[in-house]
Amino acid sequence: MIDYEALRVIWWLLLGALLIGFAVTDGFDLGVGTIFRFVGRGEAERRALLESVEPVWEGNQVWFILGGGAVFAAWPLLYAASFSNLYLAMFLVLIALILRPVGFSFRNRIADARWRKLWDWALFVGGAVPALLFGVAFGNLFLGVAFHFDALMRPVYSGDFLHLLQPFALLAGLVSLAMLTLHGASYAALKVADPMASRASAAGRAAAIAFVILFVAAGAWVAFGIDGQRIAGGADPLAPSDPLAKVVTVARGAWLGNYRSHALLWLVPAVAVLAAAAAGALLGARRAAAAFVCSAVTQAATILTAGIALYPFLMPSSTNPGQGLTIWDASSSAKTLRIMLVAVIVFLPIVLAYTAWVFRVLRGRITLESLARDDGPY
Amino acid sequence: MIDFDVVSLSRLQFALTALYHFLFVPLTLGLSMILLIMEAVYVMTGREIWRRMTQFWGLLFGINFAMGVATGITMEFQFGTNWAYYSHYVGDIFGAPLAIEGLMAFFLEATFVGLFFFGWQRLSRLAHLVVTGLVALGSSLSALWILIANAWMQNPVGAHFNYRTMRMELASFADVLLNPVAQAKFVHTVAAGYVVGSVFVLAISAWYLLRGRNAALAKRSMAVAASFGLACALSVVVLGDESGYLASANQKMKVAAIEAEWHTEPPPAGFTLFGFPDVKTRTTHMALTVPWLLGLIATRSVDEPVEGIDDLVAQARARIASGIEAHRALQELRSNPQDPVARTRFEAHQADLGYGLLLLRYVRNPADATPQQVSAAAWSTVPDVPVLFWCFRLMVALGLFFIALFAVAFYLSTRHRYEQSRAFLRLALASLPLPWIAAELGWVVAEYGRQPWAIDGVLPTFLGVSTVPAGNVAASLAGFIVFYSALAVVEVYLMVRTIGRGPDGLGYWPVAAAAPPGRAQP
Repeated sequence: MIDYEALRVIWWLLLGALLIGFAVTDGFDLGVGTIFRFVGRGEAERRALLESVEPVWEGNQVWFILGGGAVFAAWPLLYAASFSNLYLAMFLVLIALILRPVGFSFRNRIADARWRKLWDWALFVGGAVPALLFGVAFGNLFLGVAFHFDALMRPVYSGDFLHLLQPFALLAGLVSLAMLTLHGASYAALKVADPMASRASAAGRAAAIAFVILFVAAGAWVAFGIDGQRIAGGADPLAPSDPLAKVVTVARGAWLGNYRSHALLWLVPAVAVLAAAAAGALLGARRAAAAFVCSAVTQAATILTAGIALYPFLMPSSTNPGQGLTIWDASSSAKTLRIMLVAVIVFLPIVLAYTAWVFRVLRGRITLESLARDDGPY
Repeated sequence: MIDFDVVSLSRLQFALTALYHFLFVPLTLGLSMILLIMEAVYVMTGREIWRRMTQFWGLLFGINFAMGVATGITMEFQFGTNWAYYSHYVGDIFGAPLAIEGLMAFFLEATFVGLFFFGWQRLSRLAHLVVTGLVALGSSLSALWILIANAWMQNPVGAHFNYRTMRMELASFADVLLNPVAQAKFVHTVAAGYVVGSVFVLAISAWYLLRGRNAALAKRSMAVAASFGLACALSVVVLGDESGYLASANQKMKVAAIEAEWHTEPPPAGFTLFGFPDVKTRTTHMALTVPWLLGLIATRSVDEPVEGIDDLVAQARARIASGIEAHRALQELRSNPQDPVARTRFEAHQADLGYGLLLLRYVRNPADATPQQVSAAAWSTVPDVPVLFWCFRLMVALGLFFIALFAVAFYLSTRHRYEQSRAFLRLALASLPLPWIAAELGWVVAEYGRQPWAIDGVLPTFLGVSTVPAGNVAASLAGFIVFYSALAVVEVYLMVRTIGRGPDGLGYWPVAAAAPPGRAQP
């Protein structure tokens, strides 16, 4: 029988796996949404770019939906505190994400230039805004969210919306936007023909350079510019979840504590930088498949870099550090974690298998000629 | 302590977004099944027209599906944004079916829906049929898990309160899965979705026949809708009855309110067919009652009483008294978790803790409640009787109407006499909005009838909200209303436009040489 501590660590890893699954799959269609208006010139080119993601984005997005459900089931306090504290930001993310299903479905149904332009911009917003805001959210985790619990154990937020847009959070948002743009550009370079592919490669190279600079800058800011947190005592990995029981200390640069105590972990951010640089270089050499793999590694390594820095915190509190959420005090019961783990072990391999099959069926490049392929009426 | 503006606004936002989402979900459920039937006929017979039918109705399915997905995103996150305390209080149980829904059902549906549209040339006929089947399976499985979660709100089995974490925790996952309310709700709701899809196909086909367009396609579509719809409409009503039977064990108050049964009658209770429930005097004016019927439906017996509202309120008052004890013991346990006396007392009363929480609407500490406040809290367990009374009757009337509609359609279909009965075609067309009305009324009866509880007997709705400022909720509510209205206009426009162009106007298929009436057409 796996004990409560191990279950909590496993679910922390699974949360990371879900985020990585989201970034690697849905990330590329957010990225394509961000760049297709600029990389594609004219209706046919844009349509080809959109068609590279149209059959798959819907399944990709389930990583996000599942992320919501999994956080609800495994980390109910995190689900409750994060979404209610970031209320208006979450509302904006939802509106932006809602634009995608309708944008993809509605755009091609009417052959009118203004109609399509409208939905093109809706798809741009649906791609770029979430890509930016997910990074802003991560940035706020590093800064700590201004919240505490009241007597009934209700999370109470004491900041406001603009408080979420501090410079470091915006920088984190740009890291995320550059990362997902790189990923979308690599995917487009792989899936569509020239001239879109070469323009996508150029956009991807620019995004890779931007990512490396921004990522390193954010790292330096974490080391020298913002306060991190450490658990000083009171947290029991085997005890029932009670986020009021621990003592937390705050110190400049403390988010690098895990890296300082386990030097091998530095490999993770190093891989993020090197993989992004390699993706940029490979795009320059027109080796799109290898570039896409490197870009996917960048997504994973970046998310892990942030996760390792924050570990074991899930959502630190800036106003009441002792009440911040960690993996030891925000989880479901051991029973629920165990049952959900079984569900993941049974169903995730099935999901991965049929997703791979669908991508295999859809393999091949989309050219301006293949757009005429017969997919039924539209 | 509780901001009742936030409560009202959050409830309104949840109701509007859920009702709006539920405009698209039933059609997705129903159309996906109908697409599967049509494509199965195509694969079995190889007749081109069945493929056209699949593709044409698939177009409308696609427009609707996007809206269902879009509005579903809101639902998955709204518990966290607006119902933070609810999420903390029951996430240990309620979160699991939502997560499994994503993992097992929505992934399946969403991954294969792309291939439904983009796979016609890439897949063999049989493989494409399997893809369509997986989309239909995914959407129905999705409904299963959502309804398991919802049924737990109606009948919270397999869970207990943990005073160490101050929340409900899972005791038996099997009980949550096998919740009898979940089974009844699943069959009732999914069958209702199939009825929505069937009426949709029936009505639009009728319009083509009235216009003399696409006759071959429309008649075959009507035949599918009539037979599938008849079976489903019968299931909805029969299994809706099952739902009423179960509710009497778990949610007696809801049944009493639906029936405006103010006082317990000697068994077997009569069913009030019609009347005007009056909340002030607690009587129903001009009641037209069918003797015995309610007792038979609700208890399946002639000698068990169906409890009336006044008796149920008296029971609630007793449970509130016990709930005050549970709350007091809980406060003591919070300051000293080892206190054996408090623990024993808490265990004795914990089943009624939720009733004690009802008093938080009136006092900061339930132990300080006056008898008037206890009485007010007891009466607050009665949902809105006139609304439930009328919504339920209208829903049932519509359900019976659909059976008749499909029965006639089925008869005309077997006789190949659609064209001769223009009156029926007009009726079928006019019926188009009705199944949505019935589905939304069903939601109102089930969820508005659950009030004042978010989780029946466990967590009052007003307590479940987030601590966000009311202004934020007002802003998001206004945003949703504007944004959703704009989307509704676009969606209806695209639907009407696509239907208006029709299979013959898409410029995709060669227009069949004025398809003559008759059965010999391929």
